[in-house]
Amino acid sequence: MRTAVWAATGCWRGRVGSAKSRALPSIHVGNRPISAPASLVALNVSCRRGEEWLFRDFSFSIQPGELVWLRGQNGSGKTSLLRIAAGLSRPEGGTVTVSGGRPGAYIGHANALKDDLTVTESLAFLARLHGLECPSQRINAALRTLAIHHRRHAFVRTLSQGQRRRVALARLALEHEPSLWILDEPFDALDTQGIEAVNQLLAAHLARRGSVFLTSHLALSLPDTPVSELEFPAGAPP
Amino acid sequence: MSGGVFMLVAARDLRLAGRRRFEALLPVVFFIVAASLFPLGVGPEPQVLRQIAPGVVWVCALLAAMLSLNTLFASDHQDGSLEQMLLSRHSTIMVAAGKALAHWLLTGLPLILAAPVLGVLFDMHTQSILTMVAGLVLGTPVLSLLGSIGAALTLGLRSGGVLILLLVLPLCIPVLIFGAGAVGSVDVGLSAAGHLSLLGALLLLALVAAPPAAAAALRISMS
Repeated sequence: MRTAVWAATGCWRGRVGSAKSRALPSIHVGNRPISAPASLVALNVSCRRGEEWLFRDFSFSIQPGELVWLRGQNGSGKTSLLRIAAGLSRPEGGTVTVSGGRPGAYIGHANALKDDLTVTESLAFLARLHGLECPSQRINAALRTLAIHHRRHAFVRTLSQGQRRRVALARLALEHEPSLWILDEPFDALDTQGIEAVNQLLAAHLARRGSVFLTSHLALSLPDTPVSELEFPAGAPP
Repeated sequence: MSGGVFMLVAARDLRLAGRRRFEALLPVVFFIVAASLFPLGVGPEPQVLRQIAPGVVWVCALLAAMLSLNTLFASDHQDGSLEQMLLSRHSTIMVAAGKALAHWLLTGLPLILAAPVLGVLFDMHTQSILTMVAGLVLGTPVLSLLGSIGAALTLGLRSGGVLILLLVLPLCIPVLIFGAGAVGSVDVGLSAAGHLSLLGALLLLALVAAPPAAAAALRISMS
């Protein structure tokens, strides 16, 4: 794994070249300029939980073909940042711009599966919800990618946590656009085989110039895939 | 495309209800049981029963519709489905409208079908029963649409179920007045057209205003 640590503390408190200007070539996030049209640009993003600031003036960008691993302690606000990046929450301050207006896929802690639907029905619903063509062959192929194809007719309530996670992540196998994926602890509850399958999906997505923004408490094992680490300090800045 | 998600969400909710039939039947069972208690409480006098029937049926319909409101978005919120709906490429308004349609099909429509039985139980005249059913056809969708706003606003809140009642019941008072008033008019030999027209106007207003309001409330609640 080639790891490029950037913007670890440099971007904390928003060391942005020109925060007011939206002309991307003039903006520096952390210690690097935003050159090509970025998949995601976060400028001076702040988030508060009650009276406590989770983070303030946080800036970073994600380029096409880049995987950014957001690291930090429990409670540091990683999930909050992912939700803001996905457009599910509004930041207290700052802006987040995602190429195409919204991420291609967001998979949070919850798997978005209904206990009373079968695996196939659940995945087909999610696919149609996101405007994806979903003939049964593609659904089956996606389930096969995550090695959960043999449970395709089972009700979700009968699946283990790891199997549920596989079904949720199988949605990624339906995506073929080079979009931004935002994944909150995607490897949770997965076994070695499941982690390998997800890694292959991530590698294929990056190869087609898609980008990935994820958190994980497990070390990423992506050989031949550059990973940018984004350290997320815990607690509010002074 | 957005019309597609309207049907997609409604069809999924109907399928889920079909797999939990007992829970789906609870509102109509409550409606019948609650309305059936009134003859036992006020006595078997046909004249009295006929007089209170419209109000009893409408109040019970209102409470039955409220019964299932707190689960309208809560289960999707809990399992993450709602996040996916908000992030989809479709309009959130259509998602909210689809949920309201499913709620009406699962709650309002069974009430409409059960209402004539209660009408007979309360010794109502045929014309009164028909008017009551017509009123419920126009009024119950309003209850579902207004309820979707309350359910979205109280999403994730503790005591959300009680808050929904406090928010939505006052908004439903006009529906109750015009619905019961239509039957009352027929009973005294007047036309119910005025009351039913007003119910129709309320339905149109709710159809236009409630889904955008519920969608906005969902976005606020989720953030």
